[in-house]
Amino acid sequence: MTTDTTSLRPSAARPRTEDTPASVRGRRAHAQRRAQLTAWAFLAPVALYLVLFYAYPLWKNIELSLKHYTVASFVSGNAPFVGLQNFADVFSSATFAPAIWHTAVFVLVSILVQFALGLALAVFFHNSFPLSGLLRALFLVPWLLPLLVSASTWSWMMNSDSGIVNAFLGSVGIGQINWLTSPDWSLFAVLVANIWIGIPFNLVIMYSGLQGIPGELYEAAALDGANGWQRFWRVTFPLLRPVTAITLLLGFVYTLKVFDIIWIMTKGGPSGSSTTLAIWSYQLGFGSLLPDFSSAATVGNVLIVIALVVGLIYARVQRRLEV
Amino acid sequence: MATTTVTRAVTTRTTRGAGRPATGTPPAAKRWWRTAFGVVFTAVMLFPVYWMVNVSLTRDQDMRKSPPNLIPIDGTLHGYSTVLGQQLPFLGTSLVVGLGTVVLTLALSAPAAYSLAKLGPRGGGAMSFVLLIAQMIPAIIMAMGFYTIYVQLGILDTIWGLVLADSTIAVPFGVLIFTAFMRGIPDELLNAARIDGASTWRTFTSVVMPVSRNSIVTVSLFSFLWAWSDFLFANTLDGGGDAKPITLGIYAYIGNNNQEWNSIMATAVVASIPAAVLLVLAQRYVAAGVTAGAVKD
Repeated sequence: MTTDTTSLRPSAARPRTEDTPASVRGRRAHAQRRAQLTAWAFLAPVALYLVLFYAYPLWKNIELSLKHYTVASFVSGNAPFVGLQNFADVFSSATFAPAIWHTAVFVLVSILVQFALGLALAVFFHNSFPLSGLLRALFLVPWLLPLLVSASTWSWMMNSDSGIVNAFLGSVGIGQINWLTSPDWSLFAVLVANIWIGIPFNLVIMYSGLQGIPGELYEAAALDGANGWQRFWRVTFPLLRPVTAITLLLGFVYTLKVFDIIWIMTKGGPSGSSTTLAIWSYQLGFGSLLPDFSSAATVGNVLIVIALVVGLIYARVQRRLEV
Repeated sequence: MATTTVTRAVTTRTTRGAGRPATGTPPAAKRWWRTAFGVVFTAVMLFPVYWMVNVSLTRDQDMRKSPPNLIPIDGTLHGYSTVLGQQLPFLGTSLVVGLGTVVLTLALSAPAAYSLAKLGPRGGGAMSFVLLIAQMIPAIIMAMGFYTIYVQLGILDTIWGLVLADSTIAVPFGVLIFTAFMRGIPDELLNAARIDGASTWRTFTSVVMPVSRNSIVTVSLFSFLWAWSDFLFANTLDGGGDAKPITLGIYAYIGNNNQEWNSIMATAVVASIPAAVLLVLAQRYVAAGVTAGAVKD
């Protein structure tokens, strides 16, 4: 569409244009236009795809949140426009503040612990030793398993009466803990499972970050008399800062989306004690016999605003790293 | 890459130990200590996976035993025979959905990446940015949108509807991986093809795609695995009909308050097979996929 006007500009701006015969200039512009057309022909399917399968569902979601949909009007498609009423309802709901708090705790604790353990393991694996490659590969397993598989395994392990976790704790003298059925422990329980799943991702990224640090730097630091601890904090850690930033931001975005693990293990309960925004949105839309799609979409949009803010930070950080 | 690190580590050690002639490399014992620790860490990390297998082999009457059997003594394959009896159609659906998602993802993302990497389309930068942001949209929002649309079009509970939805997880990732790789293809190679009279499309199919073999493997692996593991789209879009994937098979067990955890865990083990196969056959592609999105060399 805009190709015609824009592709002419470079040749027009060239200083030698006056000497060039008009026909040559025309041919060059023509070739550039053809090149742009070809480039966009390759790009068009994805562009169309993005519009149909990202933009349109997103738009649907916004529309749901601005109208008052009931089950009947959801099928027929004519619901009254209510402006920001759904948002006001969601913000004043008794579930809102706890859900925000659970989301914040879940996301921040997850990414910090995952990162710390992932980095420690990456440093551990960085000096190769017999079998290190094989063991590092095995560490990927939790990340590759379907989330549903991991979540159901953890929920049986954390079963109050017959789970191996309580059996182990019992053998060292700690009484039964109702991991999944006590409001005091449910958020902790899903956090443990989620951290377990996220460690491999952090390990792999930080490991490749470590590989990017030239060995000469360590030699220099060692010659200057730095010990292992100093070498880590003075050489390794500062040089890993760009990778660290990206890892934490990606971790944030991924963890914000987490749904399967919590839904399988606790369904957000008991009494909402492990309900995050993603879980709440699903509960409203699909979790009951009387779906409330408008409220569900509204909560979803709150989630997307948070994700987009973080996404913009991510893009900014990445751009700064490229400069 | 791995070999260079090893050499580098070895040189570092040699330099450090220069004053002590006998210890050019650290004593073998010290390195084996690391291996011992590594094995312990890995064992702790993989304990849940072991436990899944152990429970899948446990007899019904031992399921509530306290303390539980740590190894499957009196093991039974009863859980697995249940899987074969009840879950085979679900496994078939998952396979079809996974393969369909791979095909769709490759067909969409490879040409787009070629354009972004080599053909310099105007607005390409904006497109890359949109793809980056697209990855950050929570799946729950996409599910809600797809559900609304599918209800109106009447295409809930169809396999290809699920393939379309699942592909949204993989397409932005695919474009990202392919673009990163194709940028590295030397221009001389493409120019040579052009001089030989190949069209852009011909260059793409007979030069670019063959040399991009590794990224094709990586993208296929991940799109298959994500489609195979998907639960949210399956549950919202395909929950009602016959076209249920394996994740819903497991979920149905749990949802019915089923106490036959050996059958549930046996299904879980079977559902993990693709992940295990991929890890054994293609570990380096997996690692490449994890890092490609995050680390730029």
